[in-house]
Order: sequence, then C-alpha cells, then structure tokens
Amino acid sequence: MTFQTLLFYFLSLVLIAATVGVITSRNPVNAALLLVLAFFTSSGLWILLEAEFLAIVLVLVYVGAVMVLFLFVVMMLDINLARLREGFWHYLPLGAVVGVTLVIEMGLLIISRGVGFGDSMTPPDLPQGYSNTRELGLLLYTEYVYPFEIASVILLVAIVAAIALVLRKRKLSKYVDPAAQIAVKRQDRVRIVTMASEKRESSDTDTPA
Amino acid sequence: MSDLFQPLVSLGYSLWDVLATVAVSLLGHERAPYALYAFKTLLLILCIVVPLMLAVAYLTLWERKVIGWMQIRIGPNRTTFFGISWLGGLAQPIADGLKLLVKEIIVPSGANKMLFVVAPIMAIMPALAAWAVVPFDPDMVLANIDASLLYIMAITSMGVYGVIVAGWASNSKYAFLGAMRSAAQIVSYEIAMGFSLVGVLMASQSLNLVDIVHAQSSRFGLFGWYWIPLFPLFLTYLIAGVAETNRAPFDVAEGESEIVAGFHVEYSGMTFAVFFLAEYANMILVSVLCALMFLGGWLSPFPETWGFLGVASFGWLLAKVFLVVSTFLWFRATFPRYRYDQIMRLGWKVFIPVTLVWIVILGAWMQTPLWVWWKA
Repeated sequence: MTFQTLLFYFLSLVLIAATVGVITSRNPVNAALLLVLAFFTSSGLWILLEAEFLAIVLVLVYVGAVMVLFLFVVMMLDINLARLREGFWHYLPLGAVVGVTLVIEMGLLIISRGVGFGDSMTPPDLPQGYSNTRELGLLLYTEYVYPFEIASVILLVAIVAAIALVLRKRKLSKYVDPAAQIAVKRQDRVRIVTMASEKRESSDTDTPA
Repeated sequence: MSDLFQPLVSLGYSLWDVLATVAVSLLGHERAPYALYAFKTLLLILCIVVPLMLAVAYLTLWERKVIGWMQIRIGPNRTTFFGISWLGGLAQPIADGLKLLVKEIIVPSGANKMLFVVAPIMAIMPALAAWAVVPFDPDMVLANIDASLLYIMAITSMGVYGVIVAGWASNSKYAFLGAMRSAAQIVSYEIAMGFSLVGVLMASQSLNLVDIVHAQSSRFGLFGWYWIPLFPLFLTYLIAGVAETNRAPFDVAEGESEIVAGFHVEYSGMTFAVFFLAEYANMILVSVLCALMFLGGWLSPFPETWGFLGVASFGWLLAKVFLVVSTFLWFRATFPRYRYDQIMRLGWKVFIPVTLVWIVILGAWMQTPLWVWWKA
C-alpha cells in the first residue's frame, strides 16, 4: 500500500465520520463545524487527484466564506433542542423516501456508465509541469467563456434582486454623509466672541474674606 | 558570506549522511527515502516556525517600545538577562511568555469545553500553515507550488473560525459580540483583499509568489516593483491587511472600552497567549506578503550596477517586512478606533469600488505600450 493510498483511506474515513457527524450532531454549531471539516477533507481528496485549483477554491469559497456566514446565522439563533427533535418520527418516513430515492439514483448513474463500484477509473498520470489552475483558466476563458460569463451575470442579477427585495430606507437611521462631515468648517460649529473681561457685580456674599 | 558558513554547511552534510546511513540500516532501502524526506520537511518547518515565534515575541517588545516612544513614554525597560542593566527590557517577551505559560487556564462554567479549547488552535493553525508557501529567497521556500497565492488566500480565510468559535464557546455576551463584529469585518475585507491580489496576479501573470517577485526585477531597482502601477491596490491591501488581522484602528473585535477584550475575554494563560501568537504571526505574514507582492520581495531597491547595494538578498526582504510591520505599529499608536459603520463603509463602498476600477484600468493599461513592467 503506497502512502497515497493510505492518505486516501485516512481522508475518506475522516470525511465519512465528519458527514455522519453533521447529520447526527445535536448541536447545530457542532454540526456546522463538522461540515467545515468535511469540506476541508474533501479538498484534501481533490489535492490527491492533483486538482489543486478546485481544492483551494473549495476551501476559499465554502470554508472561508459560506460556512462563516452559516455559522454566523446558526450562532445567532436561539435554539431549543427539544423542539427541534420534536417532529423527528413524524418526518422520518418522508426523509427516508427522499434519501433512498437519492441513493438509488446515484447507484443507477454509476452502473449505467459501465463503471462498477470496485473498478473506478484511475486518473491518468499528468505530465511534469502540468498546472490544473492554468488549464482551467484556459478552458474557462476561451472555450466556455459565454457560459461562464452568463452564469456570473445570473449570479449578479440574483444578488441585485435579493438586495432590491429587502432594501428599505429606514426613517430612523442616523446615518451621516461622510462627505458632509468632512466638509464642515470650524466656522460652522464654533463662534469665537472677542470681548473684554468683566468684573463681577460686587456682592457681599461671595467675596472671599 | 558563503565562505564563512562553509564549515557549518559541510558539517550539516556529513550529519545528514550519518542520518541517512542509520535510516537505511533501520528501515531498508525501500522506506528510508520516505522517512528521510519526512524528517527533512519537519526540520525545514522548524526552521520557519522557530524564527517566526522568536520574531513574534520580539515584535511585541518592539511594539510596546515604539508606541511608548510615540506617546513620550519609555516602554518596558526593566526585565533583563542576568542582571545586565543595558539589556533592560530585552527579556520582557521571555518573561511574559513564562508568565502566561504557568498561569491557570480557566474554563468558564457553561462554556462548551471542547470548542473552548479548540478555538485557539483554530486561530493559530492557519497563521502557521500559510508560511508553507512563503518564499524568503528564490530558493528558500518550503513548498514552491504553482498556486501559492491562492493557497495563502484560502488558508488565511480560515483564521476567522478561531475568533468566531472562541466567542461562541465562551458563553459570554462580550465575547460573542466581539466574535460577531470580527466575523462581519473579516468577511467584508477579504473581498477587497482578494481583488487587490487579482491585480498582482494580472500584472505578474502568475499565481506563484517566487515568479511574482521575479517579475518585479528590473534595471531600475525600486521603480520596477508593483507598488507604482498598482498603487491603489497596494494601499487597499495594506489597510485591508490591518483590518484582517483585527489590529487598531480596526480592532472593534477587541474594543476594550465597550466589550472589555472581545472574543478572548474569557481566555487566560496559554490559551490567551496562543490567540496573541496567531495575531502577531498573521501581522508578520501580511507584511511579508505586502513586501513580496508590491515591494519586490528580496530584490534590492537600487539598480544592479551599484555593487553590493544592488545585490538581491534575504536582508532586503527582512528590511521591507520590518518597515511594513512598523507601519502597523505606527497606525496603532496614531489612529482612534473606527466606528462600526465607518468600517463597513470603508470596506464595501470605498475599497471594493477602488479595486474593481483599478483592475479594469490595469487590464486596459497592460494592452498598451505604456505598460513597462513586463519581465517575462
């Protein structure tokens, strides 16, 4: 057994354990953190396949950004664990049907392509100096440039639409325009008055003895 | 220089030969190379981490001294080695480290014990792992990988977990508020930071840090570096770097005056020290990256014809990193803390548009003969 095979089994073991943990963990924060571990481990598997760009981008996008926001939301929730588990047996049949369907679909796909479970294709040996990043970049910006650009425009539209849907001008907002703040001159705020000093009206009570 | 170290180098080689013979006799010819390779990598990792930790220790002293001088104070000047008075203050980091090492680690009641202990580890892991691809010299790099810039972005983006998990696991309102602030801030500034790196990789046509530095070498010394054509991106990177490391004036995550010490308010002893180490290691990392990408790395600021001044060496990188790190300390001594909405405005409404516009300008500029930074 080579070191790479050993590494593959180790990473797979961690990945399976982490993903099982995600769905069995009682605490949503633990579940989210285990999902982070699962992403990280699967990026390790991609590195083993010499797909370093995909691996790094998986960490960058999912671990570095998406899961942070997930965790952010999960932590803010006031979670009542008892209520979360309340409907478990009620929803189990539905969930089981969906799950089994997914497994059957995936199995059919694998069988139909003539690749059994035992003998999946081994990736071809890559030439010296092969850069996954460069190859992907070339493909994305030449052959698939239109699908790529259209996908990014769709994403942009989705972002704009989401913001437009929830954007409202708050009447109570105390926002101050920084440009206006900077433009303020001393004369606008303070008026210095020059006047001669005056003597207090003499009175008996507060003159020091 | 090289003559001076020749005996040491040959001693190292002979020691390695002895080790190789021992390994071969113990493990056989099949496995010995793997074991030796693993051992060599471990040694190289130590060669990076040990000086880094020393640098972190003395950076804290330098910070306290610099801020002291800027505020017309003296700074630490008592703790010395062996009672030698003119070394006053130099033992301060060691004393601080020892103190933190022997202090009790208190886990608050109601805290999630597991995550409470894991959080500091999650903070320091990316701060150290990113150094794997940082080149100190054309040849001095642990892993010279093609996508090193991407790797650094991915690894440093994981640093935020330490802060969030610490804040949540502490079971404290202050810690939680600090963690929330920090998470929002780091996620926001990461975008601007990433865009400024896009400019660098456009100009250098490479994601490899060694190639990025090589692309900046020219006959004109410091005028060949990217800080000139990428000046807005350079500034953005520098300031976003301060924000990413949660340093003043972007240290709302700690905010002593309103939320005590933010996410690490419940941490004591070594667990606190690990957060501290992570913050300073990140600070040095951001400075090193700044030096590598915009200030020519190990290249000399003088033209090559200027004799020994024009020779590229590790010393130049060290000098540049020192300069950038000292700028960070200067920021901390000078600026008052940003208000939260000001931080968000700066990140989203100033930096992101500036970087986006400059990337477009850069793309157009590079198509014209006016672009003189080609060194393919």
